[in-house]
Amino acid sequence: MTEAAVCPVHQERDHPLHPPVGFPEAVGDGPVRMLWPNSVEAWIVSSYAGVRQVLSDPRFSTRKGGQPEMRTDAGETVLDPDQPGNINGIDGPEHMRLRRPLSRGFMVKRMNELRPRIQQIVDEHLDVMEAKGAPADLVTSLCLPLPSLVIAELLGVPPEHQELFQATAGDLFGKNGSKDEYLAHATRLAEVLAPIVAEKKAAGTNDDMIGLMANDTDFSMDELIFLCIGLLAAGHETTSNFLGLFTLHLFEKPDQLAILQRDPSRADVVVEELLRYTVGQLGGSGLIRRATEDVEVDGVLIRAGEWVSVSLMANLDEALCPRAEELDLERDAVSHLGFGFGPHQCLGANLARAELQIGLRSLFERFPGLRPAVPVTELRYRNDMITYGAAEIPVVW
Amino acid sequence: MTVRIDQDRCIGSGQCVLAAPDVFDQSDDDGTGLVLSAEPSAGLLPGVRHAVERCPAQAVTLEE
Ligand code: HEM
Ligand code: SF4
Repeated sequence: MTEAAVCPVHQERDHPLHPPVGFPEAVGDGPVRMLWPNSVEAWIVSSYAGVRQVLSDPRFSTRKGGQPEMRTDAGETVLDPDQPGNINGIDGPEHMRLRRPLSRGFMVKRMNELRPRIQQIVDEHLDVMEAKGAPADLVTSLCLPLPSLVIAELLGVPPEHQELFQATAGDLFGKNGSKDEYLAHATRLAEVLAPIVAEKKAAGTNDDMIGLMANDTDFSMDELIFLCIGLLAAGHETTSNFLGLFTLHLFEKPDQLAILQRDPSRADVVVEELLRYTVGQLGGSGLIRRATEDVEVDGVLIRAGEWVSVSLMANLDEALCPRAEELDLERDAVSHLGFGFGPHQCLGANLARAELQIGLRSLFERFPGLRPAVPVTELRYRNDMITYGAAEIPVVW
Repeated sequence: MTVRIDQDRCIGSGQCVLAAPDVFDQSDDDGTGLVLSAEPSAGLLPGVRHAVERCPAQAVTLEE
């Protein structure tokens, strides 16, 4: 086996929109070994081909337990490896059993049907922002409320439960909270959801996600509740952080912003390129797998039992597209890995796409002169292993 | 030229539909991919090749 350097996990960035300092160099041509704060060692794979291989080869398991994944400052892992309904932590047929029925709820045509409603939510929030006048905080005005309202609607949370649902969901995603705090919030959310599920069961409806899970699947109540929590967790901060980060990248690159503004009907292609680039620049390494057999990846032998952490910095690999280090909103959509790859690829990808396309396009159509009120480098950024983004984005127009 | 989807692998992601909407659809029953046109015209092939490359489950094949 090739001897490889051990590199510490750290998240200091010299520019908030660029990868952590020293990380690209440490990862180099990969794979390298990296030591996590809980003293577990993992391979880090960051090439385009290597990442596709690890994420799609069934010899890499996503089953967790003692893993190098970090959720809390103490390096505690939050989820019980046997948590029912943890779709991201099971493999093969067990995973398919949960994934297939959910896919139905996220079908491309369903997401297209949802677009007018997403547009309405966006317009309403931009109306309020405009009426209140500049300066405004883009995060609280649009980025945060949009995905959480949309996911609540998709799940089918009735209006009378919305407020409590939003508040409880918000509590669940504090930065690096302790395991106990997380579990307490999750329990409260389960309490909020239980009567909603009971109502859908009684009505026998399947036209929203909760109804579909309650009435059209063999999911247990525990699975169903945890899947709702999972959808919320996965769909909430990711999309809002990305909408913010996209805007910041465009503020930093006015020539690119001009490309979007020249032809807003290309918002779909523009969002793909922004996803590719933004995910790549984040340099995260949060997708964790474990080899169940010896497997060679990028010329390195990964032994059965070893952990592998995948870095989506692979989106900046020249093997994906020419000038991969550059944001180029004129390029056609490429096969990027912003939503991962393999059977665990983002379930909500088509929803996130719709929200980001409509959100970004409408924002710059409504406020063509939108610009940051504070330099992008001086904003406060929220940083944990799952999500990264600006805590506030004060803007003027 | 034959386009196929391996139903056992498919996770219903819809990437094929995004890449080539005239060639693929998703089943209303479980969201899995459906081939609308197994022998697509030459003009549709670039989209099909994207579908082959982007299908996260590597379930789409094009036999040339
Ligand atoms: C820009 C926004 C988003 C990004 C960049 C993103 C990214 C990702 C990535 C990279 C994965 C793969 C994880 C792995 O391989 O272990 C993933 C999985 C997942 N995402 Fe997203 N996501 C986004 C939005 C959403 C939304 C809106 C939802 C739901 C409403 C969602 C739900 C999920 C779920 C449930 C999984 C786990 C799927 C499985 O394990 O089978 N995501 N996401
Ligand atoms: S892209 Fe692949 S996994 Fe997704 S629906 Fe099409 S065939 Fe199925």
